[in-house]
Amino acid sequence: MPASDHRLTTPEMAEFVATGILRFDAIIPADINERVVAELESLFRAKIAPMLGQPEPPLPFERPESLTPLSECYASESVLGEYLRLPQVQGIIRSLVGSAPIYDHDFVHHLPAGSTYEQHLHVDAVVDSEDPTFDIQLFYFPNEVKPGEGGTRYVPGSHLRRVRAEGVSRYQHLVGEAQYAGPAGTLMVFHHGVWHAGQRNPGPDRWMHKIRLNPTTSQVRQWNLDDFDEHHNDARDHVFAKTQPGSVAERLRVMLPWQRGHEERYEQMERARLWRYLSGDPTFDVDYYFTRLEGRAKLVAGAEG
Amino acid sequence: MSERQQILYLWLSEGALDTPVVGWAFHDGAAGFGPALPDEEPPYGTGVAALQDGWMLLQSPALQPLAGDAAHRPGYLASEFVFERRIAVDD
Repeated sequence: MPASDHRLTTPEMAEFVATGILRFDAIIPADINERVVAELESLFRAKIAPMLGQPEPPLPFERPESLTPLSECYASESVLGEYLRLPQVQGIIRSLVGSAPIYDHDFVHHLPAGSTYEQHLHVDAVVDSEDPTFDIQLFYFPNEVKPGEGGTRYVPGSHLRRVRAEGVSRYQHLVGEAQYAGPAGTLMVFHHGVWHAGQRNPGPDRWMHKIRLNPTTSQVRQWNLDDFDEHHNDARDHVFAKTQPGSVAERLRVMLPWQRGHEERYEQMERARLWRYLSGDPTFDVDYYFTRLEGRAKLVAGAEG
Repeated sequence: MSERQQILYLWLSEGALDTPVVGWAFHDGAAGFGPALPDEEPPYGTGVAALQDGWMLLQSPALQPLAGDAAHRPGYLASEFVFERRIAVDD
């Protein structure tokens, strides 16, 4: 659970760094879940009309444009706005993308009952940078999705891999991949790099709203820091020397089943790189991999200087 | 009679054929006339287990020279092995 001020805790942030995903079951109240579906239907029609060359049906609120501050998106008449302005949702957003995120885009995903449409595994970050900054995508499921009803398929821990969107389509199955199922009002928060795919829907009509948010201000230490010193470790936390129970490093060492083998060390370094960024601590490490190399780099720099 | 291919991709945890399967994909050019994959997930525990079930290895990943920092950055699954089975079908 998030902290009392609705921001995330340090272990939750470490979980996000490790898996690229946070999940909050039934965090959106039933009243909003029930009312939002009609709005999603209207928004869906409004969004696809221009793509079909049709006139856009009117909405009781203005559709946001890219670059709009999130705080100005979906005015008070909008149920989506109600959901996005919930303190518990604001706390999650603030923790991950800072105090002034902007709207990138959103979309309404509608899978009619019995739909056989199925996507290949892909990543939305078609064009991406090498730096550790990141966007988040909120997947809001207003209806219950039962196991076997074809919820979104996703690969925990895939967010830090340098890949092209179309390249990962060949992975039909990965050990430890997941398929969403959960109660109404569940929010899934994805790092923009998580591999995922829409699946055929053998269940009832299903609606999902996905919105991508960009940070415009610092992402460093934006979560609730009450427990930060308890969990944040220094570079001595080394599994082949001595470890600190309950540390961030302890969480970042835990790999997903598909990440087995020696490659997990590289995955661990990517996670450490992201935690360095989020914590603002350039000396943070997990199992000494960066620290060892950086020590040698200093020797080389000294010899050359 | 003619032959059709079944193709099986296995991604293994390391570069050796006897390491665990971490991912797989199956493409059936024989349109169901050949045997299906085992029901287990993953269908085989290792690449060697696929060989023992009659799959023929078509391709194993070449080892690449290491290049700077990129050598430590994970991307696509490195240990991709491709297998085939040839299925006789009626023309």
